[in-house]
Amino acid sequence: MTTSPSASKVNRAAGATANFVDERTSIAGFVKYFSRKLFPDHWSFMLGEVALYSFIILLISGVFLTAFFIPAVTPVHYEGTFETMAGVEMSEAYASTLHMSFEVPGGLLMRQIHHWAALIFTASIMVHMARVFFTGAFRKPREINWLVGFTLMILSLAAGFTGYSLPDDVLSGNGLRIIEGIVRSIPIVGSYISYGLFGGEFPGEALIPRLFTAHILLVPALILGLIALHLFLVFLHKHTQYPGGGRTHKNVVGLPLFPVYTAKAGGFFFVVFGVIALMASVLTINPVWNYGPYDPSPVSAGTQPDWYILWIDGLLRVMPGFPEYVIGGYTLSLNVLIPAVVVPGLFFGFLALYPWIEQWATGDRTEKHVLDRPRNVPVRTGIGVALIVFYVILVIEGSNDIVATLFHLSINDITWFIRFAVFILPVVAFWITKRICLGLQRKDRELVLHGHETGRIVRHESGEYVEVHEPLTDQEIWIRVSYDNHKPLVLEPETNEFGVRRRWYRWSRFKQAVSRFYYEDRVEPVTPAELEAARSSHH
Amino acid sequence: MSTLSNQPPSHEVPEAFQDPGVPTEHRPRRADVDERAAKRAERQVAALFGMSALGTVIALVSYFALDIGDGNDIQAIQRINMGIGIGVALAMFGIGLGAIHWAKTLMRDHEMVEDRHELRSSDETREAALQDLRDGAKDSGIGVGRRGLLKGSLITALAVAPLSLLVPQLGGLGGDWNLDKWRRTMWAPGVRLARDPDGTPIRAADVTIGSVFHVIPEGLIDLEHPLEAKAKAVVILIRLDPKDLKIVPGREDWSFDGIVAYSKICTHVGCPVALYEQQTHHLLCPCHQSTFDVSDGCKVVFGPAKRPLPQLPIAVDDEGYIVSQRDFEEPIGSSYWERLK
Repeated sequence: MTTSPSASKVNRAAGATANFVDERTSIAGFVKYFSRKLFPDHWSFMLGEVALYSFIILLISGVFLTAFFIPAVTPVHYEGTFETMAGVEMSEAYASTLHMSFEVPGGLLMRQIHHWAALIFTASIMVHMARVFFTGAFRKPREINWLVGFTLMILSLAAGFTGYSLPDDVLSGNGLRIIEGIVRSIPIVGSYISYGLFGGEFPGEALIPRLFTAHILLVPALILGLIALHLFLVFLHKHTQYPGGGRTHKNVVGLPLFPVYTAKAGGFFFVVFGVIALMASVLTINPVWNYGPYDPSPVSAGTQPDWYILWIDGLLRVMPGFPEYVIGGYTLSLNVLIPAVVVPGLFFGFLALYPWIEQWATGDRTEKHVLDRPRNVPVRTGIGVALIVFYVILVIEGSNDIVATLFHLSINDITWFIRFAVFILPVVAFWITKRICLGLQRKDRELVLHGHETGRIVRHESGEYVEVHEPLTDQEIWIRVSYDNHKPLVLEPETNEFGVRRRWYRWSRFKQAVSRFYYEDRVEPVTPAELEAARSSHH
Repeated sequence: MSTLSNQPPSHEVPEAFQDPGVPTEHRPRRADVDERAAKRAERQVAALFGMSALGTVIALVSYFALDIGDGNDIQAIQRINMGIGIGVALAMFGIGLGAIHWAKTLMRDHEMVEDRHELRSSDETREAALQDLRDGAKDSGIGVGRRGLLKGSLITALAVAPLSLLVPQLGGLGGDWNLDKWRRTMWAPGVRLARDPDGTPIRAADVTIGSVFHVIPEGLIDLEHPLEAKAKAVVILIRLDPKDLKIVPGREDWSFDGIVAYSKICTHVGCPVALYEQQTHHLLCPCHQSTFDVSDGCKVVFGPAKRPLPQLPIAVDDEGYIVSQRDFEEPIGSSYWERLK
């Protein structure tokens, strides 16, 4: 191949630069390590990318917003161009939000990009987490990374809520008052936490500047650090892969980071950015100028937080009011504490610990790099769907007033319905999901044993009509038979051979009960012998 | 059907299925085999990148050419928002879709295989690491069971040292830490009830049956920082037909001719209870739908609140204005641990 003189000049310059950098950083080693690393291909692996990219978009648009936002509640009389608010007393925070929306060209766009990106950030984290959950990607060696991701999810909520509150409008101000009420319900220390948080009485002048610092420095710095750790662990572990021919726990099958994923994942960043920019240009989000500046007195019907807080609001709404008790003169407000602190705590705690709970049930301590098909772990899949149903019911309860007006129902009826449904429907969803999974597993067995239906009917000499079935290929069979067939743990007898009671016997019995809950009902994968037998019974 | 399935198979059958390996057959893409298709894909990618540049132009033109208006022309704001926004969207989509199309049509699509290595360090590495730690411990003289005093005092110092910073830091957060402020509001004997937000006092004669007033104490709007006082003192004033009104025992003189005043701050988590249903005499909090019966001491009839809204004892002064007799008898708003202390 011939190269033009200019091309060789460019090559020489590139070589010299590379040499300069490498002699000072030994970067060639990193390039060698990273550039041809393989990543498996699947659409569901993009969900985490959406989260990462929306975070980058949040940083880019957020930097712009800090140039105009004034994080202070000093009262001013509005003198900007928006006539509806002329002369209205408001905080500088609110006034500067109006200023950047109405007087800075592109300011409204940046605000809307920022807000939409925040909503997509939290949503994509949760959907990504659901993907990891349902495919068992949290199993060894990824338990630590599950916790890192879990913490990122919590931080995304913190980032969202602190940012949502900054414009100091009526809607977010009422949200903060609800936070005050929730914090005050915490026994013993709650009053002091609230007083410390607000720097005195609600609303005070300390909170908005404090939220601002948390929102633009503390929380994003933590998120950034944990994202780095999250991705470092992804590289260290190498990505999981879906089952298929040649995909084992000891290899990774995929395409190289450079150039394929540089182009695909890099390109995907721009697609996510494009989608968010498009939404921000045509869909209004958080029009604070309609709500008015914060004032503790007004409130409007249909008060709604951002979507990721709705389920907590739903919990607060669905809780009956009776359990508020006075004990020795002290007030214990369980009607607030249970829905706003205890239940979310248990929900998140269960999620955080889930990898270990499942490890008890399986007793499997080996590294897992091939993902589960959700049907092959019916109980886990059932639990996941039950949690989602629980969550969605509470989101609906959090919007019960909207639902009531939309469908002409009584708010009280909806709340009464949900008071029962929140307990019953997740159980029903668990049971149905588990049955569907077992059914799908049986269908897989059926397919492996008897092949695809072809729709071709033939008549035998005997007059019998049969449909011709086409046997599955080796690849198709492998996907359907190559799963971990866990069985319930076997409990050792209570006493050992010397008649001495085993230590931790009760604990083992509990673990065994968990294990039986998971694996009592199961569908065994087809064995070669069964396939052989089935095939020889056909023609 | 035969009954062969009950008989042992005639030849050796493996225990488990064998992994068939990575599929070897590879369906070539159009661009893999047809140079013209490859050229076409190249042109499509280039067109997408071109679309991106066009988007940038649209965004810049919108920024410079469109006028944001005087702030009241919502359409002007929408126009510039959409102009820049769609420009940005095109600029981003073009790059993104171009790169992905390039990857999908022209870049490698044969999957490759790479080995994983067990994450656990080898026994030698582990032993060497342990040995390093042992050596280090020996050098410091803090081996197992040695120099307990030194270790103990270090751990103690490390554990308590943060307090030297944390206590002053956290201590400053709450200002005066005076929770008693939550017990008092601006209401005092003789303070007139005034309209929110303009602060004009209300005459009893102005309050017709069925009407609702959102109320602040007279003088509130003259405060330098009115929000904290307002967050506690807001009241809702309602006149019912006296025969509809059940008087709470002991509060016979708290109302005036069917006019009652209750704290507007929900006893659940503190939202303003602002929605009054005239027919049922119910007050509804739009945040979590706690519902209070105004005709019956603002008792909770539905929702997550437990306690009735605190009632403000009112009277009418010589000039016919409604005034408070004194402050609320209990802290207003959401419950807290020391509320009744």
